[in-house]
Amino acid sequence: MAGYIFRRLLQALPVLVGTTFLIYFMVFAMPGDPLLALFGDKTPNPAVLERLREQYHLDQPFIVQYFLYLGGILRGDFGTSFSGEPVTDILARTFPVTIRLALMALFIEFVLGVLIGLISGLRKGKLFDASALVISLILISLPIFVIAFVAQFIFGIQLGWARTTVSAGAPIQDLILPAFVLASITFAQIVRLTRSSVIETQSLDFVRTAYGKGLSRRRIIPVHILRNSLIPVVTYAATDFGVLLVGATVTEGIFNVPGVGRTLYQAIIRGEGPTVVSFVTVMVLIYLVVNLVVDLLYGLLDPRIRYVK
Amino acid sequence: MSNNPPTPTPKHFVAPLEETPLVAIDAVNVGERKSNLWIDAWRDMRRRPMFWISAAIILLVVVVALFPNLFSQIDPRECVLSNSNGAPTGAHLLGFNKQGCDVFSRIIHGTSTSLSVGIIVVILTTVLGILFGAFAGFYGGWLDSILSRAGDIFFSIPYILAAVVIMSVFSAYRNVFVIALAIGIFAWPSTARVLRAEILRVKNADFVMASRALGVSNFKILLRHVLPNSIAPVIVVTTISLGAAIVAEATLSFLGVGLPNTTMSWGNDISAAQTDLRTAPQTLIYPSIALSVTVLAFIMMGEVVRDALDPKARAQR
Repeated sequence: MAGYIFRRLLQALPVLVGTTFLIYFMVFAMPGDPLLALFGDKTPNPAVLERLREQYHLDQPFIVQYFLYLGGILRGDFGTSFSGEPVTDILARTFPVTIRLALMALFIEFVLGVLIGLISGLRKGKLFDASALVISLILISLPIFVIAFVAQFIFGIQLGWARTTVSAGAPIQDLILPAFVLASITFAQIVRLTRSSVIETQSLDFVRTAYGKGLSRRRIIPVHILRNSLIPVVTYAATDFGVLLVGATVTEGIFNVPGVGRTLYQAIIRGEGPTVVSFVTVMVLIYLVVNLVVDLLYGLLDPRIRYVK
Repeated sequence: MSNNPPTPTPKHFVAPLEETPLVAIDAVNVGERKSNLWIDAWRDMRRRPMFWISAAIILLVVVVALFPNLFSQIDPRECVLSNSNGAPTGAHLLGFNKQGCDVFSRIIHGTSTSLSVGIIVVILTTVLGILFGAFAGFYGGWLDSILSRAGDIFFSIPYILAAVVIMSVFSAYRNVFVIALAIGIFAWPSTARVLRAEILRVKNADFVMASRALGVSNFKILLRHVLPNSIAPVIVVTTISLGAAIVAEATLSFLGVGLPNTTMSWGNDISAAQTDLRTAPQTLIYPSIALSVTVLAFIMMGEVVRDALDPKARAQR
């Protein structure tokens, strides 16, 4: 296990360097003044420019700049936002809210997605299955902001069941609607994956043996079929964390959830380029860490993965 | 002894040649229908209503994008502020947006933007994906390691976030090509991965071995034999990613880092309408429907093609 962890950490290193380099390269290796380009049509305050020049070490050659920047990231220094607040302080304030929203969304999509996918798979070709497939296809094609606005319009404005924007402390009851919206993007994929995995598992020998032994369906379905069908679903949920991050940016922006996503959303809307770069870097790092942790957990859960070179 | 009746000999001890001529044994049955992966797939697809529905929508979208004036004679840039958020009238089927422009006409004229971004992205991801995936899968070894790690790095940045950064840097040059480039440059690894996996499967097939034994050069084997036989999953990914690219463009425009407001696009119209959700939901709902139906058509088409090309998926229906 120690060998596996070491190998996996070693593999993560070039990706970490590569992704940060790529982002840095995109921003600062372009001809002209990168800072002025980041501000678009606005003219920033000279003091702000001076501070940013210092933050990004723009007086140094490009490669030195990058390594100074990477060193800063590794020490947990992501620079300051447009308003002068350190990015780490903003993160400390907003991250718990995003985690709460993401966990709620994950819970919803998993419970509902696996349940519907299981019933669909068990009743292949029936009416329930056909309608679940059509609905999931439609959900996949709807952009997240369309889902968010439609939910806001129907549940917030027409029916009045939920608040259209989240109040200051982001209490759980306010987050239910945004969580459902966020869950909807990956929910459809989970339904489809669970369904096809259940269909495949159902035809395997050990399921037939279980039926042959005279076990009841009430035991076979959860223990034999469902448990063995969940492996690809869990794998998918981890790799699709990136979609969830982008989704959180839009959802938090629309519902005014005071999380990391909204901070990025507002920086994008206001055209505050340097803040955008800082927060995208943070999000990519979160994505990398989550994928690494999930991979390590797999090694713990499934011995086959540990031994594959 | 001579009285004994002669033992009856079987009439045909060996099947006579004139009954089953040798030629017939070896001959190919000409009457049989030809069959290969693509013909089978086509036979499977044309029986499915989902194929015809999505094909019809895609055809309609393409025609609307090419000839918008056939569908709406109203100038989408002719806006009268007194009509702001106005209700539908006879000539203006879907009403007016905040600026008093005709919503229907703007949807019609915005089609080509979304479609061209999608097509450019898909060309880019397919070319890059085939280059990286084919060389990595076919040649293997250190080349595979380098190309696959490069793909991993691009794959580790969610492509909409990457596009947000690129579009923030190129804020002065926002047009269809730049936005397509910003999306495509981070979206190709999924194509490359799919192709690489398929090539690893195909490259040890007997027909590849045969070509090698005949002395065909490596590159020619890749081009003539391996690539054509592993392209099927790439087509599926490409169709679905065309839909995804259209969503990505709309999302970027919605966030305000996509196309400038002067360019007519569904994403811009949805973005502009969001503040009027309460008072004039139609200005937001109709472009959203156009966007979603188009994306749905491409995703449905991808699903149908996948089912048709993959016997395993066919069994699951």
